[in-house]
Amino acid sequence: MPDATIPLVGQPPFEQYTLTGAYDEMFAPDGSVRPAYAELARRLSALSREELQQRQRYADLTFLNQGITFTVYGNESGTERVFPYDLIPRIITADEWQQIERGLSQRIIALNHFLRDIYHDQQILRDGVIPRELVYSCRHYRREMRGLPVPRGVYTAIVGTDLVRLPDGQFVVLEDNLRVPSGVSYMLTNRAVMKRAFPRLFGAHGVRPIDHYGQALLATLRALAPDHRPEPTIALLTPGVFNSAYFEHTFLARQMGIELVEGRDLLAHDNVVYMRTTGGLRRVDVIYRRIDDDFLDPMVFRPDSVLGVPGLLNAYRAGNVVLANAIGTGVADDKAIYAYVPAIIRYYLGEEPILPNVPTYLCDRPDERTYVLEHLDELVVKAVGESGGYDMLIGPHSTREQQAQFAERIRANPRNYIAQPTLQLSCAPCFIDGMIEPRHVDLRPFILFDGEATTIVPGGLTRVALRRGSLVVNSSQGGGSKDTWVLY
Amino acid sequence: MLSRVADSLYWMSRYLERTEHTARLIGVGLTQILDQTPQAIAPRWGRLLAALHVEPPETGLDDPQAITRLLTTDAANPASLVSCITLARENARQVREQISSEMWEHINQLYLRMRAATIEQIWHDEPVEFYQMVKERLHLIQGITDATMNHGEGWRFIQVGRYLERIWATTLLLEVFFQPYLNGEESAIDSIDWVVLLKSCTAFEAYCKVYTADVQPAQIAEFLLLNAESPRSIRFAADQLQDSLEQISQLAGGRHAGRAERLAGRLRAQLDYGQVDEIIAGDLPLFLRQIRQQCTAIHEAIYQAYITYPIEQALLR
Repeated sequence: MPDATIPLVGQPPFEQYTLTGAYDEMFAPDGSVRPAYAELARRLSALSREELQQRQRYADLTFLNQGITFTVYGNESGTERVFPYDLIPRIITADEWQQIERGLSQRIIALNHFLRDIYHDQQILRDGVIPRELVYSCRHYRREMRGLPVPRGVYTAIVGTDLVRLPDGQFVVLEDNLRVPSGVSYMLTNRAVMKRAFPRLFGAHGVRPIDHYGQALLATLRALAPDHRPEPTIALLTPGVFNSAYFEHTFLARQMGIELVEGRDLLAHDNVVYMRTTGGLRRVDVIYRRIDDDFLDPMVFRPDSVLGVPGLLNAYRAGNVVLANAIGTGVADDKAIYAYVPAIIRYYLGEEPILPNVPTYLCDRPDERTYVLEHLDELVVKAVGESGGYDMLIGPHSTREQQAQFAERIRANPRNYIAQPTLQLSCAPCFIDGMIEPRHVDLRPFILFDGEATTIVPGGLTRVALRRGSLVVNSSQGGGSKDTWVLY
Repeated sequence: MLSRVADSLYWMSRYLERTEHTARLIGVGLTQILDQTPQAIAPRWGRLLAALHVEPPETGLDDPQAITRLLTTDAANPASLVSCITLARENARQVREQISSEMWEHINQLYLRMRAATIEQIWHDEPVEFYQMVKERLHLIQGITDATMNHGEGWRFIQVGRYLERIWATTLLLEVFFQPYLNGEESAIDSIDWVVLLKSCTAFEAYCKVYTADVQPAQIAEFLLLNAESPRSIRFAADQLQDSLEQISQLAGGRHAGRAERLAGRLRAQLDYGQVDEIIAGDLPLFLRQIRQQCTAIHEAIYQAYITYPIEQALLR
C-alpha cells in the first residue's frame, strides 16, 4: 500500500520533474520516491513555493554577506562570485557510503604506494605494468623527487576524488585530485547554511556530522611533522586573495587555528623555513601548501613565480620542513595514468578495485587514437594534466568546428589527451526558478591519509550542473553545489 | 603574529576610521547647509574638502550633490567613502582568519551596501540619514571588534591604526578651522561654524558638559587637543596609542620597538603637560602640523620594528 503522504513524480511539488535515462537520486524508475528520500519529499510537499523561495533567498544572502565567494579567471566584471547553492540536500544511504568509503580508502593507499615506488625503485615499471615513457612524459612528474624520502611514506595526504553515478546506480571514479584539491570549505559551509535554513529537517533524518574535518586535517598534518619537532608549527600557504579558492584557505586556517601565510611571509635560511612575525622570525615545520608545484620555489621550478619561497625545496630535501601534499603527486592523477589505477590497486594491494574506473581511451595508443578521432561526437575528451573543466570537449554537446579543433590538438600532441564515453551523470532534485527540477550531479568526497589510516568525513561536495541538460559541474563553468547527507 | 597580518589589521583599522570620519563630516556638513544662504555654503564645503584633503570638483562648490558624489560614490577619488570601505574590506579579506566572522560580515555588508549606492538614490531618499547609517554601521563594527576579538596583539594593532588615523584627521580638521580664525579672517568662522567643528568630532554635547554651551575657540582647542577623557581628543588618542604600542612590544616577545614607543611617549607627554594658552599664543597650525609629522615618524618606527625589519637583524637574535 503506497504511502499517500509521499508525492510521486509529476505530483506537486514535483509537477515539473521528469525522469530521464539517468539514475535519479530521489525517484525510482516507476516514479515513486526512494525510501531514503521519503521524509524529505514529504517535507518539501508541505512547504509552499514561496516558503522555499524565501529560504533560498535567505541562504543566498548568507553566502553573500559572509563573502563565501570564488574568483573567476578571465572575467573582468567583478572577480568575486558567490558559489551557487541549491537548497535540496543530496542523500546517500549508509550502505552506499560504506562502499564509497572502502573504495576510496583502497584507492588512496594504492596511489601512495605507487608514488613512493615511482620516485624510488620503480618496481612497477620494471614489471611492465605501466609503460615507462608514460610516467616520464607526464607533465607533473618531478625528477627532483627521485630517491627523496618523505615522512611516513605519505605523498598525497589530502585528496578529493570525483565520483559519478551511472544509470545502473553504481558509483564510479571519474578522476582523482592528488595535488591541491579544493571544495571542502563549501562542503562545510553548505552544511552550516542548511542547518540554518532547515533546522527541523535534520532531526527527522539522522544525518552524520562532518564538522570535525578541521580537526582531522590538523591531526593529519601533525602526524607528518619531522620527528625532532614535537611541537610543530604548521602553516597554510596560499597564493593570496586573488586565488579562486582564497575563501577556502582562510576558512581552513581558521578551523585549524594555524597561520595563513603567503610566499612573501616565508623565507628559507640555512635550509630552515621561517615566517616573518612581529616578534621576529619563527620556524615553520609543516606547510599545507595550496600552491601548485610549479610555483613553490622559483630557484627550482618556475623562475618567474612570486608566490613561492626561494630555497624551499632545499629545506624540504634537508628534511627540515614537510610539504603536504608532497611535490610531484600530479603524476598519479594524470588522466592517462588514471586508466592504470585498477592495475595499480591490483599490483600493490593484491585486491580487486572496489570502485570501478570509467573506460578510458589513451590517445597515445594508435588504435585507440583512431577510435577516438572517429567518435569525437560521442566521447568526452580531456587534457591529461588539467582540472577544473578546462581544455575539454563534450562530444554530443559540441559543434563540428570544436571537434575539428580537438582532432587537430590530439594529432599534434596525442600524449596530452584521453577520451571517455559521455556518461549519463545521475540527477538530483534542485530548486530552480521556483520549481523543483532534476539536474546532473557528481560527488567529491575528501580523503585524508596519515600513513597508517585514511579518514573520510561522511559526505563530500555534491556539485550540480545548473544549466538544464549540462554535464559540466565545475564552479568555473557555471556549476553550483548542495549539501550532502550521509545517513546513519 | 605574522608581520603581514599586523600590516593588514593596521590598515584595515585606519581605513575604517577614515570612512567613519568622512561620513561624519559629510553628515554634519549637510545638516548645516540646510538653513544657509547659497553664498555661505561654498566656503563651508571648501573647508570640509580641505579637512579631507580632497580637491574641489570641477563643477565648483555650489552643487552639493556633485560634492557628495565626489566624497561618497566616486571610486576614482581615493578619499571617497566607497574607496575607503573597499580598501578596509580588502585588508580585512587578507586577514579573514584573524578577525572574527562577525567583524568580517559587517565590514562586508557595509561594503556591499556602499557599492550598490548611487548618489541620486541617496538624495532621493534622505541623505542625512544615509550618512548617519554609515556612521552607525562603523560604530557597530568597532563595537563588534572590541566585543568579539581577543584583546591581544592583533587588536592592539587595530587600536594603533584607529588612533593614529584619528590624530591625523583631527589635527587636519582643527587646522582648517583655526588657520583662518587666527589669520584674523573673523568673519569667515562664526559661532555656528564652531558648533560644526565640535559636531564634526561628535564632541558638542561632551564639550557642553565641560564648558556649557558657551562656544569659545580657545576652549574648543583645549577640549579637542588636551581633554583627557573625550575619546575624540588628540590627547586621549595619544594615550591609547602609547598604551597599545607598549602592549605590542610586550606581546610580540621582547623585540625592541624602542623608537616607536619613545616617539609615542613624547607625543603623549607634550599633550599631557600642554597649556592651551601657550599653544595658541605660539603657532597653533604649526603645532598641529608637527603632531602630524610625529605621527608619520611613529608609523615608520612601527614598520621598522615589526613589519619590514631587515632579515639579517632578526637572524642574529
